[in-house]
Amino acid sequence: MTIPEIIGLACIAAGIPFFLSGTIGMLRFPDIFTRLHALTKADNVGLGFLIIGLCLQTDDWFIVIKLVLIWVLVLTASSASCHLVARRALQKGIRPWTRE
Amino acid sequence: MDQGMKMLLTGFDLLLALTLLWLAWQLLRSTDIFKAIIFFICFGLLMSLAWVRMHAPDVALAEAAIGTGLTGPLFLAALRRIERKAGKNMMSEPAGNGEETGSRWKARNREMSPLLWTVTALTCCLAGLLIWTVLIIPRPLPGLADQVAGSLAESGVNNPVTAVLLNFRGYDTLLEVMVLLLGAITVWSITHAPFPPRVPDTSPVQKAAVRLLLPLICLIGGYLVWQGAYQTGGAFQGGAVLSAALVLLLISDFLWLPGMRSLPLRLGLTLGPLVFVLLAGFGILVEKTLLRLPVEYAGPLLLFLEAACGLSIGLTLAAFFAGGRPASDLRETPYSGEAKGKGPAES
Amino acid sequence: MIHVAVALFLLLTVVLGMIRIVYGPTVADRMMAAQLFGTSGLAILLVLAWGMDMPELIDIALTFSLLATLATMTFVRRVWYEEGKSDDS
Repeated sequence: MTIPEIIGLACIAAGIPFFLSGTIGMLRFPDIFTRLHALTKADNVGLGFLIIGLCLQTDDWFIVIKLVLIWVLVLTASSASCHLVARRALQKGIRPWTRE
Repeated sequence: MDQGMKMLLTGFDLLLALTLLWLAWQLLRSTDIFKAIIFFICFGLLMSLAWVRMHAPDVALAEAAIGTGLTGPLFLAALRRIERKAGKNMMSEPAGNGEETGSRWKARNREMSPLLWTVTALTCCLAGLLIWTVLIIPRPLPGLADQVAGSLAESGVNNPVTAVLLNFRGYDTLLEVMVLLLGAITVWSITHAPFPPRVPDTSPVQKAAVRLLLPLICLIGGYLVWQGAYQTGGAFQGGAVLSAALVLLLISDFLWLPGMRSLPLRLGLTLGPLVFVLLAGFGILVEKTLLRLPVEYAGPLLLFLEAACGLSIGLTLAAFFAGGRPASDLRETPYSGEAKGKGPAES
Repeated sequence: MIHVAVALFLLLTVVLGMIRIVYGPTVADRMMAAQLFGTSGLAILLVLAWGMDMPELIDIALTFSLLATLATMTFVRRVWYEEGKSDDS
């Protein structure tokens, strides 16, 4: 395997713990706001690593463009929806969890 | 290497199948309808993964586009509408400590009567029969894939799925687009579209997201329609993506469907079926056979047909989402914060 | 082969995330679990594109990325709001 492919595999392997921690955060965090953090931040970073790794494993520049476009779209859309949900949760009166 | 990969793929398939079954059971048994809707969304998305695993990317694309872009928002909007009609306000839990218990709109819990037991037993028998049938199918699978591949050159496109859908079995697709149009007419004839009690000001984040996503969705939709000729894609998939663009516009309250007498709306809805019927007539005139396309023009004709059908399918699916006759037939009072005259946005 | 392993692992995380739908106390939690599936399902599709050697899956992933948040936006704008209040108060 060539050097870029090895680095690609390393990047993919680096992205996996982020997905796992995103899901664990979804399950274990105490309220909606913290779960939003786990969901959007951790998963998007994991996806970013995954996409970098996959970009390094292909020769076709069109595929690289599509992958980068996917990542930018996921970032934009998920951050917009995260903001909207959090704003609405505040409006409905859900208070952030505090350690009592 | 190959053995390990086979094992991993089998493990993947097994986990996928079990999760699908679990999701189906959960969504049917939960009395909280919102929970059932969320399970349904996940079910649709996992189904598209199942299609991928069965090496059917066209179906997976259509399932993904329709499942996320249409039926998810459709059910959510419908839930809201049901509750408004019933007079309950679903999410009106008192603010405070955040102990929201979810939707108050619950389905009735029913006991298992003998009739239900009989139906369950029959369903299990049917499922067993299907599983046994799949297991005894001879391998390699008999099919028409070779004949299609042999005649692909005459069809004008390079994608066998598109060739079968639009050329070899074009008659079925003609009836399908007619059925879609009929579905839109049926939905419209049942009731009028509720003018949604919309939130007065759209958040700037929402507006920015719509401005960013909408051109891209239209672009990708057109790209999928065009790409259907030689790769995964086609009219249905592109149309589903276009309908998602319209749904995005509708939920952000940028525009509402124009009145039913509006010519562009009607023209858009009927364009696909109309072009299809024209092509059928063209086939009769030129080639003396219904829907036979002349081989040298088949490619461009099919592209034209796919574009028209994609547009119509997009508008039809968005009309489903609107949920009824458009605004000019308004019988319900719109959101009380606005005068009735300027209720729907003039587009 | 490592691609299929990654896909299997991601599918496991997705299935775990669905527990949140069963237990999530508020409706927003359930909706966010569906959104979790959006991102993870996208990753599964991308990785399977290499694992099963089907480049068409990247187009499916592209479509997915566009439409994944449509359900969440519908939820916020049509289902989970207070009558009369604006989006940004």
